[in-house]
Amino acid sequence: MAIECLVLGAGQEVGKSCVVVTINGKRIMFDCGMHMGYLDDRRYPDFSLIPRNAAEDFTSSLSCIIITHFHLDHIGALPYFTEVCGYKGPIYMTYPTKALAPLMLEDYRKVMVDRRGEEEQFSSKDIVECMKRVTAVDLKQTVQVDKDLQIRAYYAGHVLGAAMFYAKVGDAAMVYTGDYNMTADRHLGAAQIDRLHLDLVITESTYATTLRESKYVREREFLKAVHNCVACGGKVLIPSFALGRAQELCMLLDDYWERMNLKIPIYFSAGLTIQANVYYKTLINWTSQKVKDSYAARNPFNFRNVCKFERSLINAPGPCVLFATPGMISGGFSLEVFKQWAPDEVNLITLPGYCVAGTVGHRLMSAKTPTQVNIDQNTQIDVRCQIRQLSFSPHTDAKGIMDLIKFLSPKHVILVHGEKPKMESLKGKIESDFDMQCHVPANNETVSIPSTHYVKADASSAFLKSTWSPNFKFVTERSSGNLITDDMDMISKPVLRVRDDRVAEGILTTGKHQNPKIVHLKELVHTSGLETHDVQFALCFPVRITKMDEQQQLNPVSQESLPFLHQLFLKLSNNFSEATIQESDQNLQIESFIVSVCSKEKCPHRMNDGPDYTYEAVHFCCTWSGADEKLARNVISFMKNLVLNKC
Amino acid sequence: MKTTCLSEGKGYHFPPCHMLNIGGFQLLFDCPLDLSALSVFSPLPTNLSSLSDESVGECTCEASSISDCGWKRKQKVDKSLDASSLIHAEPWYKTVNSLKLWNISFIDVVLISSPVGMLGLPFLTRNRDFSAKIYATEATARLGQLMMEDLVKMHNEIRQFYGPEESTCPEWMKWDEVELLPSAIREILWGRDGDPCGWMPLYRLDISLVADVKGCMQNVQSLKYAEEACYNGTLLIRAFSSGLDIGTCNWSISSPKQRIAYLSSSIFASATATEFDYNPLRGSDVILFSDSTACDALDKLENEDDGFNPADKKASKFSSKDDDEESYTEFLQNEDKFAEELEKLAFLCSCSLDSVKAGGSVLIPIARLGVLLQLLECITLSLQSSDLKVPIYIISSVAEELVAFLNVIPEWLCKQRQDKFYSGQPLFAFMDLLNEKRLFLFPVLYSPELLSIWHEPCIVICPHWSLRIGPAVHLLQHWCGDKNSLLVMEEGFNANLAFLPFKSMEIKVLQCSFLSGMNFRKAEFLLKLLKPKYVLFPEKLKQGKSFVNQSFSVIYYLENETVKVPKLKDSSELDIGIDLACQLGYTKLEKEEMSIARLKGELLVEQGKNVLFSGKEFAGSSQSRPLLYLGGVNLENFLTTLQSMGINATVEEAMTTDGSDKTSLVHILGPKKALIEVTAARTIVSTDDEYLSALISKAICNILNIV
Repeated sequence: MAIECLVLGAGQEVGKSCVVVTINGKRIMFDCGMHMGYLDDRRYPDFSLIPRNAAEDFTSSLSCIIITHFHLDHIGALPYFTEVCGYKGPIYMTYPTKALAPLMLEDYRKVMVDRRGEEEQFSSKDIVECMKRVTAVDLKQTVQVDKDLQIRAYYAGHVLGAAMFYAKVGDAAMVYTGDYNMTADRHLGAAQIDRLHLDLVITESTYATTLRESKYVREREFLKAVHNCVACGGKVLIPSFALGRAQELCMLLDDYWERMNLKIPIYFSAGLTIQANVYYKTLINWTSQKVKDSYAARNPFNFRNVCKFERSLINAPGPCVLFATPGMISGGFSLEVFKQWAPDEVNLITLPGYCVAGTVGHRLMSAKTPTQVNIDQNTQIDVRCQIRQLSFSPHTDAKGIMDLIKFLSPKHVILVHGEKPKMESLKGKIESDFDMQCHVPANNETVSIPSTHYVKADASSAFLKSTWSPNFKFVTERSSGNLITDDMDMISKPVLRVRDDRVAEGILTTGKHQNPKIVHLKELVHTSGLETHDVQFALCFPVRITKMDEQQQLNPVSQESLPFLHQLFLKLSNNFSEATIQESDQNLQIESFIVSVCSKEKCPHRMNDGPDYTYEAVHFCCTWSGADEKLARNVISFMKNLVLNKC
Repeated sequence: MKTTCLSEGKGYHFPPCHMLNIGGFQLLFDCPLDLSALSVFSPLPTNLSSLSDESVGECTCEASSISDCGWKRKQKVDKSLDASSLIHAEPWYKTVNSLKLWNISFIDVVLISSPVGMLGLPFLTRNRDFSAKIYATEATARLGQLMMEDLVKMHNEIRQFYGPEESTCPEWMKWDEVELLPSAIREILWGRDGDPCGWMPLYRLDISLVADVKGCMQNVQSLKYAEEACYNGTLLIRAFSSGLDIGTCNWSISSPKQRIAYLSSSIFASATATEFDYNPLRGSDVILFSDSTACDALDKLENEDDGFNPADKKASKFSSKDDDEESYTEFLQNEDKFAEELEKLAFLCSCSLDSVKAGGSVLIPIARLGVLLQLLECITLSLQSSDLKVPIYIISSVAEELVAFLNVIPEWLCKQRQDKFYSGQPLFAFMDLLNEKRLFLFPVLYSPELLSIWHEPCIVICPHWSLRIGPAVHLLQHWCGDKNSLLVMEEGFNANLAFLPFKSMEIKVLQCSFLSGMNFRKAEFLLKLLKPKYVLFPEKLKQGKSFVNQSFSVIYYLENETVKVPKLKDSSELDIGIDLACQLGYTKLEKEEMSIARLKGELLVEQGKNVLFSGKEFAGSSQSRPLLYLGGVNLENFLTTLQSMGINATVEEAMTTDGSDKTSLVHILGPKKALIEVTAARTIVSTDDEYLSALISKAICNILNIV
């Protein structure tokens, strides 16, 4: 049994997340994203690599598609895959993702087709048709996709509705994290997942090596920069995705404006973000606890200081703050405003924490002002404004990734959605710290890992009951002889430990025409139809005693014989200190080895029947079972060399 | 597995209550309050002086007639019920009567299937011995909390009027006082069997953390639909929507031994709540069909032909199994009933608008959230299409919270509403009215803001349906004489008693029954579809009908009767870790075509599953475990085996030392000596030589089956 992971995207890179996992014959596609940095074939995952028989279409080769959140690098290729490639099977995503994804897709389509004049990959109708096929799921809702495949969403905190997905087929189980955030931010909670038995975790690793400082410091710096800029009459451009970061920063600014009693307008660029706010208000249950608690009084997404931006306001005098899409200034309205505002040094442009190579945002990240940026062949912009990078990225940092992996402790880890060198270093850390196998596959590579498999059996009630009974063990242990211990008393004093190792012990029976069945030992006779047979070993032999007395030789078994047993006990205790010796009036017992004083004249277990010894002796009769043969022989040979005192 | 029906319930507002014992765990389903009993109490009077006069007069009159029982009863029948017969005191409340017969501390889990099913919960949670885990769906928990808060606040209005209680036992509870009451009221107070117990003063909001609503809610663990909650590692508990109302659910409980489904009142077509999801209940071993409430309302419909008979279709087509299933599904989802519901609502809506047009006001004290929202939606649409400018008031202490909550739960609504949400529209059309200031939310009737905008005629939606507490009482007192006004009510309670305090009822009254469950026919087909092994079915709902060609056994139950479900199987499912399974040494038993192996490991009970895996400790200690031998020692075989090892032995027959059994003594004389004593059940090997001993035990292993 194995889990096959074909990484179609986001292997050793960020963009077009897409992993096709085959577990016990079920094939799941996690995410179906597109790459923002490419305009050719490379923007979509190479779907032709999905394993399928010649006649099969995608619908029959995939059991389902799971989308973790609405970012384009996770959902961008979905309409293309369903409407153009013809996948018609089930698609799962959370309620917010289903509600917000069409906005993202439509926005992207518009940017591509209407502004850049490219040939469209999918139409508006395709998006609508595609979304109709989507089954929305709630967090923790356990969905039975088919008889064997079970999936469940967990809160990921990355954006509204982002989820990690758990998938289980038979006994094999895995988690695909998508993007997640291990610390709560202003409007979203931290990722949350149950402790699960997992064979595999596929995790993002955007910040594989970064450790980030407290978000409060970053928030304060951001607010200070914005406040300084508007105080000097500057305009602040915050290019951002329509959803997620915009709401986060807007809440932050709205609060700050309220507190500082600022009256400078905050604008939202397109209707898109306003419309998104409608969804945010309804989906408040998916935000953080703090936000949730406040909704009855006032929906926190009813921003008090935010108004809609008109194109005419671009060159209006006076300070303002503007949220504009897209986030990486790759085109659209944010680029239009950027062209106007960049040449003025009182203005401020805040860049998101991560910009894909090839975008204007990416070029600005590494630039020092004043500089010049080529928008296209004909346009060059003088950039004199201030540029601030804002790492409000809702991705987890390296510590978060390690924490999650430690918490889930899967058998294998696959890293995706990151940069190769950093991923390699994280891989090393995971392998050395947790002793797990970690893989960093490149795009179009397949990783195969073994999966859990259980043998199914029926267990009888008697067996189960026996496993619940306490199994106390009292073990006297001397300190392990560690000489570093200063306290000498500690070394010499034996320590009594009480252990309760519940042992499940029974008999597994299998037959041709029945399931494996587990029964208790006592039930075996009934189940198998065979009687149990007791096999015992026994030996009776003399042990020498000193100071022979006439009377007692005639009658070696009397009340005085008990001290022999006790003497034996003391000697054995000294010599077999690691074994537990139980002493009773009649006998001594070590495991199954039982020794008692033999009173019979002719014991059948006495092998040396002739009196070939001349010394005075007492006979000890021993019995044991085959399993303790070795122990028994050791004890016997020790006993034979003993000389006991006659008391 | 044992189950006891504590109460069959009475309609939507008093759902059934069951106790289930599975695998040693005690589960309680629902803990409702019987609020219909409120009708024996008098609402707050409008005219104080008239009240005191009348009640005093009644008392003296009755007091003279105690001596003759027969005469008294006759007199009671003769004496028509009137407003003065009602109890003029702070109301007390009643949960499920027989719940008090159970030891609260033995309950392990409480499962709440609807908001009304949790109204009695604070009575349980305030008990110091109560330690059960309570599960409810997220929406049920929130709506239930709002209902409890509202109930307490409405009740407080009456409490303020009567002042603090003097004693633990109020006057009206006393035997002689109750004896004097008319039989209709006495029956409600004492029940049919004359048991006067079970009445309790209402819980509070937050006086102390134990006794109040807040404390109760802290004990409730809220679940999403189909979320797996695991109790004690053994019981896997999941809620699936029942379609009845927002947040209502059916339960699936799986243990390693069996799967049980608790089917509460479910309806197939819902215009507000998430649809009835019955597919996950397939494959349950036992179905507890608790919905005996539906039968009252559906009796009339029962006789009508449902218009579609899958049995006929099956007979005519000789259809295959799949077809069969398809036709069942088709039948169950047959939308006739749904259309009927919509017609009813449309009718209610048009009647309401007619009243408004005639200058009368409309009072809607309906508490079923789903129905209410649909009706409101209906009214909203009609108002928007007409030019009527009539205000709608929703007056309830929790109105704001309720509306805020309804707007953030797309996950708990039906598909049509979700589609609305996806297309960017508000979940409910009445939100537009709210924004246009045509719909108003107010916590109390007598607030200055409300009085300042109050305008009649109007449409008022407010609690409480019992017409004893809440703003509805005051409004009905205000409008009951107006023949143009309209009161829209749910059916299913004693109207005679309900309207008693309201003199000169000129107001028009519309009583309407709403779908609150499924009829026998639908239940039958649903059960056939779900294919359980046993069905626990209410005797009451059977009513002479019986299941046709069912594949399951039916056990009919009665209220307060413990029913035992026969043991399904003795064994539980168990998973053996592959690492452990690989270590097993199998022994083949020729006779039975069976292999056996000794199994030792650590048992993990988690998520309703038993998993056995090899504990690290046992790996090394395998040689210390005692071996088990099966079969008997065949002497002939034994001797040949020994011979093949180069050991010669002789056999001597003897008796065992105690003389009870025959035994064979196998002597080995050379080179070393050994004696082997063989009986049917035992072999004892005596030899001083280690090597010989090893050889002999090898020979024994050869002829016996070792485990």
